[in-house]
Amino acid sequence: MDGTSCYDTLILARSRKPEFAGIVENATATAQGNNPMCGDRVKLSLRATDKGVAGIRHETRGCAICQASADLMAEAVTGQSVAAALELGRQFTDMLETPSAMDSAVERGNLPAGLLAFQPLRTHRSRLRCATLPWTALGEALA
Amino acid sequence: MNISEIRSQFPILSQKVHGKPLVFLDSAASAQKPDVVIDSMANMMRSEYANIHRGLHWMSERATEAYEVARSRVASFLGAASREEIVFTRNSTEAINLVAYTYGSLLKPGQVVLISEMEHHANLVPWQMLRDRTGIELRVTPITDDGDLDLDAYGQHLSDGKVALVAITHMSNVLGTITPAERLVAMAHDAGAKILLDGSQAVVHRKTDVQKLGADFYTFTGHKLYGPTGIGVLWARRELLDAMPPFMGGGDMISSVTFEKSVWAPVPAKFEAGTPAIVEAVGLGTAIDWVESIGYEAIGAHEAALTAHALRVLPDVPGLSIVGAPRERGGVISFTMEDVHPHDIATLLDRNGIAVRAGHHCAEPLMHRLGLTATARASFGIYTTEDEIDVLAETLKRIRQFFV
Ligand SMILES: Cc1ncc(COP(=O)(O)O)c(C=O)c1O
Repeated sequence: MDGTSCYDTLILARSRKPEFAGIVENATATAQGNNPMCGDRVKLSLRATDKGVAGIRHETRGCAICQASADLMAEAVTGQSVAAALELGRQFTDMLETPSAMDSAVERGNLPAGLLAFQPLRTHRSRLRCATLPWTALGEALA
Repeated sequence: MNISEIRSQFPILSQKVHGKPLVFLDSAASAQKPDVVIDSMANMMRSEYANIHRGLHWMSERATEAYEVARSRVASFLGAASREEIVFTRNSTEAINLVAYTYGSLLKPGQVVLISEMEHHANLVPWQMLRDRTGIELRVTPITDDGDLDLDAYGQHLSDGKVALVAITHMSNVLGTITPAERLVAMAHDAGAKILLDGSQAVVHRKTDVQKLGADFYTFTGHKLYGPTGIGVLWARRELLDAMPPFMGGGDMISSVTFEKSVWAPVPAKFEAGTPAIVEAVGLGTAIDWVESIGYEAIGAHEAALTAHALRVLPDVPGLSIVGAPRERGGVISFTMEDVHPHDIATLLDRNGIAVRAGHHCAEPLMHRLGLTATARASFGIYTTEDEIDVLAETLKRIRQFFV
């Protein structure tokens, strides 16, 4: 099958079998991201303490990219301070949205492999929103 | 009808996309353009271009002539009683908004505009806006699970005599349903209502005769009919256009202006404020000539064969469901695949050279009615081949294997 490069095996695996799906217990914040273009919807619930994100779960209705992004985001921000979680989101979005020609300007310092797996999406501009939607919701939940 | 000869008139179709031969199955969103349309527009700009209706010079007179010839072509294409009944707009959306603003302003609070559950946003949002401006009531008549209009319910909605205007699609851009326009018109008129038909999809697939249909308003858009973007058409009965106030104010739509008041120009100029899409109107005229030279009989037979073929081969794809089973369907098929989201389908089809649309197709309330958030949609044009549909079906099978 040609053209599957944006579906990294990790992305496919998590879209089929998410590890962070559901609702977190004793949530301190919730948020919802909607993409009216395709009807994708990410509902987040998270439990924040003064140390940061203690737990986070998502209920995602959407494509494989969006499902996996929500799940890998939850994995990446668990245990992070609020500031560090938001910084991951900034770097992730920046990595995807910066045109390839300006690649050298992209900082990927803190991005774990699970987030780097989305890099091939940069050549699918119409699909970027699928990956960034969960992060928009996270930004709201942490605001 | 010789398909390979027709395809050779569409330079864009011989392109490769991601290294694969282009299989363009998104004509319902916008059709590709034949050489004659491209050339007529380029020639107009190269050698016949000037503003219209205002110069006394030869160039302007000739451009005016070309623009008005295009209007006459549209009039005969739709079977209008006269060329004055043809108003050029930017697209269907603007044509429907024109009616909502101008005819809509003549409606009284409490009167009803009746639309259906399968309208494109273009035939829904302008009526919501009218409702919110003027206090009319907006009613929505349902469809059946198969994707046909429920005529009993339609009759019910009409029965209290409050409906002033029905606005319904002549062909659904999602389900492909061709609506029983003559019935709809007769029932509306029996209930004392006027009726607008959104012909954006329908005119591409079948001969339209607005007088035979008996409709009051009819709209379509040039770019789906193998013509350019930026040009659409509103047809309405002369007496309705005469009674309607203007839409936008400006040049060309007045017969005299003082600082105190203006006197409107006669129709259709009253509705064509400002410099119109001159080159695009000429392109549309050429597109209509081209379509008519092939003929709706041949087009209809070709598209019916393609649709029947697709309805045969697509259900063989594991997990695939076709959305709706209308009694009469044009060359538009929406589908879903179990466990694979329409956007993932569209992305992988694209990477294999196949262009389809995925999403809600500007019909969110219809998606909601069908219990879906999105579908993938393949739509066929004059240049589509059965081989292309086979490529679609084969590629869908591989996509299914990849994800599941
Ligand atoms: C049924 C229907 N109505 C209206 C429209 C709007 O056409 P346009 O965007 O050219 O105004 C479309 C096309 O998208 C359509 O399919």
